[in-house]
Amino acid sequence: MIEWIIKFLMLTSSIFILLAAIGVLRLPDLLTRMHASTKAGALGITLMMIAASFHFFDTVVMAKSLAVIIFILITAPIAAHAIGRAGYFVGVPVWSKTVKDELINCYDPDSHRLLSGLETEEELEIYRQNLDYKPRIRVTRREKND
Amino acid sequence: MQFVIYLTFATLSLAMILIFIRLILGPTLPDRVVALELLASVIVAMIGAYAIYTDTASFIDVAIVAALTAFLAAIGFARFLERGGPRDD
Repeated sequence: MIEWIIKFLMLTSSIFILLAAIGVLRLPDLLTRMHASTKAGALGITLMMIAASFHFFDTVVMAKSLAVIIFILITAPIAAHAIGRAGYFVGVPVWSKTVKDELINCYDPDSHRLLSGLETEEELEIYRQNLDYKPRIRVTRREKND
Repeated sequence: MQFVIYLTFATLSLAMILIFIRLILGPTLPDRVVALELLASVIVAMIGAYAIYTDTASFIDVAIVAALTAFLAAIGFARFLERGGPRDD
């Protein structure tokens, strides 16, 4: 009985990962490719780890595979978010049939500022005055000593 | 059971080949990063299948480490792209 469950889980896992690979190969642009790879890949790993924990049926192995599952489910969206954000801001072309792009003309690649599109006039004025200030993660400022 | 495991390995290898094609084709650097991340996912799943195949539970630890390094590589690549390093697609 449990062997059949393991077989089913392994085959389903490999088929989901194959679907993710086909999606990465066939879909037209970066965001749709990520949409295929992240979710189907995470589901494939999850099913394979459940199959492993059923196969060994040991508390330690179950805890380890559960750790892998939780880790994948936490990190896959974070990595996809980071890559998608970086790719969009780098200027990767979006598919020509994309219906909606709410961030278009909102990002300034020189100053690394992202406008929300809902700023008031005062905020836009402050933004225009501070265009040359580049917020970075590590800004080294030296105090001016005479 | 053996046949199912071999079939799983074959399917995962086919997925790897398809991802490699995207890795070579990929018009921009973020496409290649996505392909590499999915390749790491395939490797983690393959380690799980191999643990079942050889009946060795220690390979689950290897899967943990592989997933960890894949996540760190993806975050590093994203940070590198966003900070605007030198790029040659």
